[in-house]
Amino acid sequence: MLWVLRDHLDMPGTKYGCGIAQCGACTVHLDGTAVRSCQLPVSVVGKAAITTIEGLSVNGDHPVQKAWLEHDVAQCGYCQSGQMMSAASLLKTNPKPSDADIDAAMSGNICRCGTYLRIKDAIKSAAKK
Amino acid sequence: MKTSSTTYNRRSFLKTSLLSGGGMLLSVSWLSKAVAADKLEALNLPEQWAQLNGYIQITPDNVIKLICPNPEFGQNVMTSLPMMVAEELDADWKNVIVEMGSHDNAKLGPQFTGGSNSIRMYWKPLREAGAAARQMLCEAAAQTWNVPVGEVTTKAGMLRHASGKSAKYGEMASKAATLPVPKGMKLKSPKDFTIVRNSKKNVEGKKIVTGKPLFGLDYRADGMMIAMIQHPPAFGMKLKSFDAAQALKMPGIKDVFTLKLYPDGFEQGGFDTRTFNDLLVVVGKSTWEVMNARKKLVTQWEPAGDVKDTMMGRGGKREVTVPGGLETTSAQLEKMQELAGKPAQQLRKDGDPEAAFKNAAQVIERTYNAPFLAHNCMEPMNFFAHVTDEKAVVAGPLQAPGWVEPTLTKLLGLPADKIEIQMTRMGGGFGRRAYGQYLYEAAMISKQAKVPVKLIYTREDDMTYGIYRPMYTATYRAALDANKNLIGFHVKGGGIPEHAIHANRFPAGAVDNYLAEGWEIPSNITIGAFRAPRSNFNAAAEQSFLDEVAEAMGKDPIEFRLDLLKRAKVNPVGKNNEYDADRYASVLTLVRDKSGWNKPGSEKYNRGVAAYFCHNSYAAHVVDMVTRDGEPYVERVFSAMDCGIVVNPDAAKNMVQGAVVDGIGNALYGSLTHKDGAAEQNNFHTYRMIRHNEAPKKIEVHFVENDLDPTGLGEPPFPPVFGAVANALYKNKGKRFYNQPFKSEIDKQI
Repeated sequence: MLWVLRDHLDMPGTKYGCGIAQCGACTVHLDGTAVRSCQLPVSVVGKAAITTIEGLSVNGDHPVQKAWLEHDVAQCGYCQSGQMMSAASLLKTNPKPSDADIDAAMSGNICRCGTYLRIKDAIKSAAKK
Repeated sequence: MKTSSTTYNRRSFLKTSLLSGGGMLLSVSWLSKAVAADKLEALNLPEQWAQLNGYIQITPDNVIKLICPNPEFGQNVMTSLPMMVAEELDADWKNVIVEMGSHDNAKLGPQFTGGSNSIRMYWKPLREAGAAARQMLCEAAAQTWNVPVGEVTTKAGMLRHASGKSAKYGEMASKAATLPVPKGMKLKSPKDFTIVRNSKKNVEGKKIVTGKPLFGLDYRADGMMIAMIQHPPAFGMKLKSFDAAQALKMPGIKDVFTLKLYPDGFEQGGFDTRTFNDLLVVVGKSTWEVMNARKKLVTQWEPAGDVKDTMMGRGGKREVTVPGGLETTSAQLEKMQELAGKPAQQLRKDGDPEAAFKNAAQVIERTYNAPFLAHNCMEPMNFFAHVTDEKAVVAGPLQAPGWVEPTLTKLLGLPADKIEIQMTRMGGGFGRRAYGQYLYEAAMISKQAKVPVKLIYTREDDMTYGIYRPMYTATYRAALDANKNLIGFHVKGGGIPEHAIHANRFPAGAVDNYLAEGWEIPSNITIGAFRAPRSNFNAAAEQSFLDEVAEAMGKDPIEFRLDLLKRAKVNPVGKNNEYDADRYASVLTLVRDKSGWNKPGSEKYNRGVAAYFCHNSYAAHVVDMVTRDGEPYVERVFSAMDCGIVVNPDAAKNMVQGAVVDGIGNALYGSLTHKDGAAEQNNFHTYRMIRHNEAPKKIEVHFVENDLDPTGLGEPPFPPVFGAVANALYKNKGKRFYNQPFKSEIDKQI
């Protein structure tokens, strides 16, 4: 699915990081739930809805996106679309996550620049909105 | 696209021209020797990068476009460098847009991202650019209003006169562009800053959070194909033969071919390090198709034997033999142990260290080891290239375009003005993307395949085929007299293939009898700069050792360091001490005060402290560790930095926090090992990276407040994290850990 999105549909917001579901850079939503698109065969998708970072909101104003800007989270920014997709999925099922909830939901997403503290702060801000 | 190898005296000139739609284009050139090359620590900036330039563009509708000269890899230069221009221009930041410049050293200066140098190197030239443009706008307004130029004031993109006349910059820009360019502009005093020192958000923030194509892997061009390289399974091997029949039958595959990256006798520049020279390449329509076809290649490999390379730079042309053989980590460790006992090259000697150790009442000796580290940029190496007989366009993530251009001209047989180098945003760099090998590979593949291609490394390629942080060891010895005074200090460091010793760093200058030595073991495993090269090991070993010496002397570790720094200031030993003892001490006292060191309230924590100077900035951390679920966990960190003026405080804080997280991760988990030349870790399931749940809950960052010219932040906070973690671990576990990654050593002892 990852390479269909990137190469064939020209939607490069979903990133390639490891190809083995270890880094979370390729996270998308499958019917609203965060999944790793690098492990998602196109044949499995069927009629389910795939949402990528490009589709998280029309104007880039999803609470998670706004919170990411408010906290100026990104350094290199490469992993952040995957981080935001994981965060948006978490907040959908758990609107007021604890620190432990955030750790559990987000630990599949690696940030090599080490912006984890700001990601956590941004998720808490988004949860208030 | 031209660079000049001439060394210029300090002088400056500016050129202006009218934009086609009106408005002002100010191209400012400075020819100056920006910085002494020997200060640049292992980066060897050649003198042809002494030209510095900048661009300011103002449209009639009052949009100010600033061109960022340096590639962005997350250090936020696309925001901080334009802030420096806007400050002196008195621009309204709301009207500023920023564009990444293409490679053009003649216009945009060194364009080198690395060595924590971006802010430091551009601090004066970019402010001069802003000040000159502002003065021209004032002059234009004075002429239009018929008032003395000295009476025109500026604020937030507006020109004003006491008579009540006012104009936006955009209204005066066309006229300003016709005026002569002023020289010798006086720059603002720090107390008058309105943009610098005020946090500004990342100018690319919105693009990042909406998934816009910013990175090299996102780059697309008409007719572009995808290329991948099948590299040998191990360092020390090369291709013997291959059968591509099955691969070529796979859908979407255009070609499979071999390619020599560098011709025989090729003179490699200092950053032309390459992993393998004989490349087996698959080219096809899409990433997925090429990935799958590559798996169908049938290959046979053979020992590469010794390889002779011709290297330029670092003291001229020299022949280097890269040894053959298949290296294994355990054997490398044994070899390092053996070399550690043999005579080494003397790097610095003060006083009579032999006598001091002979006469010592107590000698403390400890050996520290650290493994190869993979950079693991989240965006794997990749580059786009379109090479024809007439010209070349290359685009992608790259730290130093000026370094690759001379090599590209030689490899492609094209003049520099026919080579266009574009820099995309980088998904991390950490030193890895200072080495242009993957760009050269892409260019040579495009040249041979005669199509535009994007070369992509998979994560496995990126990790097993890297230009790593070297493998290091160092033995430290301290001599104490009967009164527990430190009378001698000795460090002997080695590495594969280079050692990490900075002989003129602290505690050199603070101990009467001092000896630093180094030795090296050649290897075919390729190495290069990794966030704070060499320093990242020194600060781990030395700061851990000093902690142990302080304890043996019965001193508080911070007081012990402060005493040494006092000595280095009042009565320094030897010459060429690299650090400023006052600034070094200032970060230690700041972190002591902010962390409440030795004060009540932190009893639940196992505390470790470390400090270090590198890349012209000073850093100290107090790491607070606890045991969580049976594992040591860094819950809280206090950081103190002295990098002079902090240009963009919130982004600077982000950078320090990130470096702390990165440091904890690498200290505890970072490791790349080899068996028979093959990397034993090839992806994130075997190479452990620090994750959300392992990051501290709080990292408090404090900056020493002063008005000194700014220095860098990308590297300096990183090295002392290792030492502080080691020292906290000692408190947590009741014993010292000498071998990185510490988590492996802890697990071994359970």
